[in-house]
Amino acid sequence: MGRDVNTLTKTSGNGRRWAMVIDLDRCTGCQACLVACHAENNVPVAGETASAYGRWLHWVIIQRFWEGQYPNVKARFNPLMCQQCTEAPCEPVCPVFATYHNPEGLNAQIYNRCIGTRFCGNACPYKARTFNWFTPEFPEPLTEQLNPDVTVRSRGIMEKCTFCVQRIRRVELAAAAEGRSLHDGEVQPACVQTCPPGALIFGDLNDPDSRVSQLARSRRSFRLLAELGTDPAVVYLKGGETNV
Amino acid sequence: MSDAAALPLGQAESRDEVPAEYEERLLLAQRTDAEINEAVLKPMFRGGLGFWALVAGLGGVILWGLYSWGYLIQYGLGTTGKNRPVYWTLFITTFVFWIGISHAGTMISAVLRLLKADWRRPITRGAEAMTAFALMVAGLYPLIHLGRVWKFYWMIPYPNNRLMWPNFQSPLMWDLVAITTYLVSSSLYLYLAMIPDMAMARDHTTGWRHRLYRTLALGWRGTEAEWHKLLRALAIFSVAIIPIFLSVHSIVSWDFAVTIQPRWHSTIFAPYFVIGAVYSGLSALATILIIVRRGMRLQEFLRSEHFDSLGKLIMVAGMLWTYFWFAGFLVEWYGNEPIVRALIEEEISGSLAPFFYLQMGANLIPILLLAFRKVRTTPILLLGTTLLVNVGMYTERALIVIGSLQRNDLPFNWGTYRPTWVEISVVAMTFAAFALLYTLFSRIVPYVPVWEIKEGRLRYTLRRIGRLLVPTAAEIE
Repeated sequence: MGRDVNTLTKTSGNGRRWAMVIDLDRCTGCQACLVACHAENNVPVAGETASAYGRWLHWVIIQRFWEGQYPNVKARFNPLMCQQCTEAPCEPVCPVFATYHNPEGLNAQIYNRCIGTRFCGNACPYKARTFNWFTPEFPEPLTEQLNPDVTVRSRGIMEKCTFCVQRIRRVELAAAAEGRSLHDGEVQPACVQTCPPGALIFGDLNDPDSRVSQLARSRRSFRLLAELGTDPAVVYLKGGETNV
Repeated sequence: MSDAAALPLGQAESRDEVPAEYEERLLLAQRTDAEINEAVLKPMFRGGLGFWALVAGLGGVILWGLYSWGYLIQYGLGTTGKNRPVYWTLFITTFVFWIGISHAGTMISAVLRLLKADWRRPITRGAEAMTAFALMVAGLYPLIHLGRVWKFYWMIPYPNNRLMWPNFQSPLMWDLVAITTYLVSSSLYLYLAMIPDMAMARDHTTGWRHRLYRTLALGWRGTEAEWHKLLRALAIFSVAIIPIFLSVHSIVSWDFAVTIQPRWHSTIFAPYFVIGAVYSGLSALATILIIVRRGMRLQEFLRSEHFDSLGKLIMVAGMLWTYFWFAGFLVEWYGNEPIVRALIEEEISGSLAPFFYLQMGANLIPILLLAFRKVRTTPILLLGTTLLVNVGMYTERALIVIGSLQRNDLPFNWGTYRPTWVEISVVAMTFAAFALLYTLFSRIVPYVPVWEIKEGRLRYTLRRIGRLLVPTAAEIE
């Protein structure tokens, strides 16, 4: 598995391949990542009824699977966000290039190009994309904390996890201004920064010494739906048994 | 020529001499040209109360549908029943349905014209008009289903200040190109074959109709050079339009088949969709012909011989559909992949079961019914049978689009779907718009291609061989 993950290096404009490692052994399912993501990326809250009908807008969601019958029940938590696939099924189907592959291997979503065919949503096997069914509403006082670095999306367009590209750019610009290279762990998406047990690790997979590279080489590493050949940049570390 | 005496139509000594069975055949029956012209033109001028009531009713449904569409644009796609993961629903289902309906026109007028099937003659125009109008309403759906319809033109390749072309890797772009090509070529084909009849109508009308037909007839006089050019153009069109006709529904199927969504990712989808389109389209044509025949009293032209042949063609298309369906289903069922299995279980015994059995029943029973000559030639029975086929085909598309999307690779993402009034109103709007366009068309354009019938009649002569009157090919060529 570890060897397989290192084939990710094929896309590189500036030699980087941003990747995330999710240690399922550490995830407690607390959903702090989800809250942090909403705050950082101006993700609206859909509400209970809409969410029950599958219309939530979370960019990252803790997928919970129950295993076994009562009383021997196990809960498995699987945080799922856009997998930033190298061979992304969502990209070729968009008629207007609203989703495309940027030189760092990220699946960029260009909000103002999107016309809302939702083809990418059908093509994505992870269903990691969400759609703005209505004009987003941010009830007071949430409007006071909208992130100025992130577009507030309009109705009728697709959106998804960007690996907090605004944070990546901010750190890159700061490093360039100081004339130095990036340190490992310097870029932290909101979910990674927030995760209390430290289950999420972010970094450059093309740097062999980075924490994500080392963890991705672990014997526990696997990638979700690897058999589909989408070559994701999110690497999971297999968890043991979590009894709830 | 043998010792038999040639006996051109209209020159038989008396009508009694012609056997009754020939009188039942459109191309052999004893009629003068004036009688035929009259029989075609008269129903067009008859706009009774029933006609205007129909127009008003359809107009009302369209207005309500337009309001619903406006509501949809104003408040967003959340007003429909779409959700994650069921991103495509009734709109795309109905889109596929209308594209399917559009296929029968080409099947009848191009394929049968090439095969020189004479029974096509009175129904080619009705079929071609169905193609054009079905494509027009189908073409609305790629707009209706957009999240931001006001940006639809970003899919059109035009020089722009963003220096961007649309993404021609996307099957939606293939759709745009294929449907536009098909609409343009089938409209031209419809119009070309209409020119001689426009001239006929011009010579038999007065007032605004005369002015309209004079314009549309493009100065047609019926000289030999004009006929030569027209027939040549039609021959070119009927050959050229067949690849387009095959490509359109193949591309529609690739909207689904190119994704890795379980049950969509199938190589058989393109031919399966094409044959399904022919099955559904021919059935819709039979339904429409029966209604128009009754409404415009065209019993003279649309006879049981035509419905008999059309019924046989529908039956063959139905059998082919069954074969393709089975070939796809067997492999998926036998493959037993977990998500495909979950979907098939939903269909066989789960929440989709009513739709699955409706689809199978409504598609398979008509094939058996159409084996009976009585069903094929009795209008009311044929009407019921062909309506049943289209209930089945609509359900089939709904199962493919909406059914399959409810299950995907990660069970946490499984979903469900309920339609809303907005979706149902918009779908009803397109049905009403199609019916209205078709109704108006049938009152403005001669519904039966008169010149094709006259041409067909010239090809046949009743010839006396011994004591028998036998229909034989005429020797005018």
